[in-house]
Amino acid sequence: MATPQPQRDALVQDTPLWIHDLTVAYHRKPVLWDVNLSLPEGQLVAVVGPNGAGKSTLIKAVQGLVPRASGAISVFGKPYEEQRHLVGYVPQRESVDWDFPVNALDVVTMGLYRQIGWCRPVNRRHKAQAMAALEKVGMTPYAHRQISHLSGGQQQRVFLARALVQDAQLYLMDEPFVGVDVATERAIVALLKDLKAAGKTCIVVHHDLQTVPTYFDHVVLLNMRVVEAGPTDAVFTEENLRKTYGGKLTLLSDALFEYSKNPQLPRGRKGGQP
Amino acid sequence: MRQRSTVGGAYLLTLLLAPALAWAADAHDHGLDWPSLMDFLRVLTLQDYNTRVVIIGTSLLGLAAGLIGTFLLLRKRALLSDTLSHATLPGIALTFIIVSALGGDGKNLLFLIGGAALFALLGTGSVILIQRFSRLKDDAALGIVLSVYFGLGIALLGLATRMNTGNAAGLSAFIYGKTASMLLFDALLIAWTALAAAICSLLFYKEFTLISFDASYAAGQGWPVVRLDFVMMTLAVVVTVVGLQAVGLILVVALLIIPPAAARFWTYRLRPMLLLSALFGALSCYLGATMSALMAKLPAGAVIVLTAGAIFVISLLFGSARGLLRILLERRAMARKIGRENLLRSFFELTEADLAGAAIRLDDLLKQRAWSPGQLDRLVSLADREGLLNRAADGTLRLTERGIQTATRVVRNHRLWEAYLITHADIATSQVDWGADEIEHILDGEIVRELERLLPEADQPAMPASPHALTPAAEME
Ligand SMILES: Nc1ncnc2c1ncn2[C@@H]1O[C@H](COP(=O)(O)OP(=O)(O)O)[C@@H](O)[C@H]1O
Ligand SMILES: [Mg+2]
Repeated sequence: MATPQPQRDALVQDTPLWIHDLTVAYHRKPVLWDVNLSLPEGQLVAVVGPNGAGKSTLIKAVQGLVPRASGAISVFGKPYEEQRHLVGYVPQRESVDWDFPVNALDVVTMGLYRQIGWCRPVNRRHKAQAMAALEKVGMTPYAHRQISHLSGGQQQRVFLARALVQDAQLYLMDEPFVGVDVATERAIVALLKDLKAAGKTCIVVHHDLQTVPTYFDHVVLLNMRVVEAGPTDAVFTEENLRKTYGGKLTLLSDALFEYSKNPQLPRGRKGGQP
Repeated sequence: MRQRSTVGGAYLLTLLLAPALAWAADAHDHGLDWPSLMDFLRVLTLQDYNTRVVIIGTSLLGLAAGLIGTFLLLRKRALLSDTLSHATLPGIALTFIIVSALGGDGKNLLFLIGGAALFALLGTGSVILIQRFSRLKDDAALGIVLSVYFGLGIALLGLATRMNTGNAAGLSAFIYGKTASMLLFDALLIAWTALAAAICSLLFYKEFTLISFDASYAAGQGWPVVRLDFVMMTLAVVVTVVGLQAVGLILVVALLIIPPAAARFWTYRLRPMLLLSALFGALSCYLGATMSALMAKLPAGAVIVLTAGAIFVISLLFGSARGLLRILLERRAMARKIGRENLLRSFFELTEADLAGAAIRLDDLLKQRAWSPGQLDRLVSLADREGLLNRAADGTLRLTERGIQTATRVVRNHRLWEAYLITHADIATSQVDWGADEIEHILDGEIVRELERLLPEADQPAMPASPHALTPAAEME
């Protein structure tokens, strides 16, 4: 049951995301302890753990958005700072004020700002790129709608489109399935499949344990430290979930264990493929 | 359209006020020196070069403040600008004391602005330090810095007025604002600085928008958020310190906050918001400077803020995007729509077997819901006028062709929403939108078909039966 320790040779470091001995603390409170991870390319990876486990912090630490106390991170073998263009980030939906005076298309165009560069205006070609990204998430009819007039699921899809427009290799998504409607959940699942088919790697913070085996190939169980990480069939077990969630798991339904024991069973209660 | 009428209204107001003021000038030829009608026209039409520069410079300042204020408001930094404007006072007083003591002209605008800017930055720095190294909330940090710096400024100002060298009297212009005492050089300085600040804020349009909307995403993308914030705050400091003489440090913050807040009522888009905010700022300043040029004792700052305040109130009431009037109208329209749909639904449920043929009476409908006879009568009359139903002379009611269509659609939507609430209870409540005409606008077609399948007795796909028992009154019939 030993956590697979990433070795220090170059091969392992070339993976989409390689994290070694990462420790993060807010003020004096440690949030992540000695996290070691090496994630495979072209897979859909779920990051699972209880509230406050440090899932969002992990995603932010990768991008240098929170200072790390120690540890090393590399993206496709190089520091994140050199690889920004390869990484698409979908923050938690609540992280912004949706009453901002822009429309869906404007938000998606923000994904191109780095490419456009300092002080240069957005031109028609950029707008066409943004429209194409909106189309991929089924939001074409809402492109010119004010973001505060979109439903939660539609807002989430706008955020996804903003990451897609970058055409990244590695996507970091923080709870994209939270509070979204059935249509959006389906759209996101289809999108993840497309991304995987195109060889992209997606790391998705996920809260719904029941759908983990259907949606994801690889799981990282996180609670301040990495409890276990690996292919879903091997790692997503009742015992490991207990280790991750502790007493909190008893609050969850027993059905969860049925799902985790029998990977055939879960077809996605509210979605999946028919 | 409404925008223009707002602006036009404010303009008209001054023009109407002009003869009244001129008349008052004749009535009292002592006390305040009121302008003659000729003076008034001369100033208003910018004939005099000095006045022209002062008025144009101040208007440009309003324009720049409107632009930068918009970004500050969206970055949720509006109150910081209040703190930094108050923090300039000790800078002004100290500069005056030092320069006078050294034998220079203590009221040289360049020195005073330099001192003011230095202390504005010190004040901002103090706020950031307090926020970082204490557990105080932001508003407390802002309040502490504002009051301590302002207190220090008042004390130093008292000292300055007691000095033998120099004459500190003119310094009060920095507190209340006074365009009349402005020199040509001051006005030119204000005009060019404001213009530069405005252009600078537009250059960073894309960057400021990004960090205001989602700073952490911007940081992840590699934008230097801290430095961009610094540029934004520096622009705010620039506008504040060059605005001190025109508006006064107590009121200069109004120029940064009120125009963008007013503009927000007219639009949901950033570009029009910037444009309107700049326009509102420029207009307020134009009127303020004009009045102050006419009446030497009238503080420009006060007039500027009052004009801006009037624009704000008009926007709050009549704003085309989120003005009060519009919200009230929308609420009324929604109440009407719900009333109409309830009426049609009750009608439908009573006569489902024979929609076209059945005629019912008001009393039948009255039993269906908790509505008063008066309410129901109003709803029926409205529906009659809208051509949804016909009221015969004997009082019987019958749905028209259009009424049947509408009722069918309303009932179908309602039943599908109910099915959705039942089958997707965990996420449904946030999606249900009774205002939408068609459920398909919110949920995709596949889900709608799935819901139709799920409903019992779905033999008639276009009209699923109600998943719950109809009201007892309906069954009794
Ligand atoms: N900016 C912050 N300052 C202080 N503590 C924080 C901050 N952000 C998160 N935390 C704390 O760090 C812990 C982990 O947070 P987070 O990574 O958001 O958890 P998760 O996303 O797994 O729910 C929580 O206990 C949270 O309270
Ligand atoms: Mg989180």
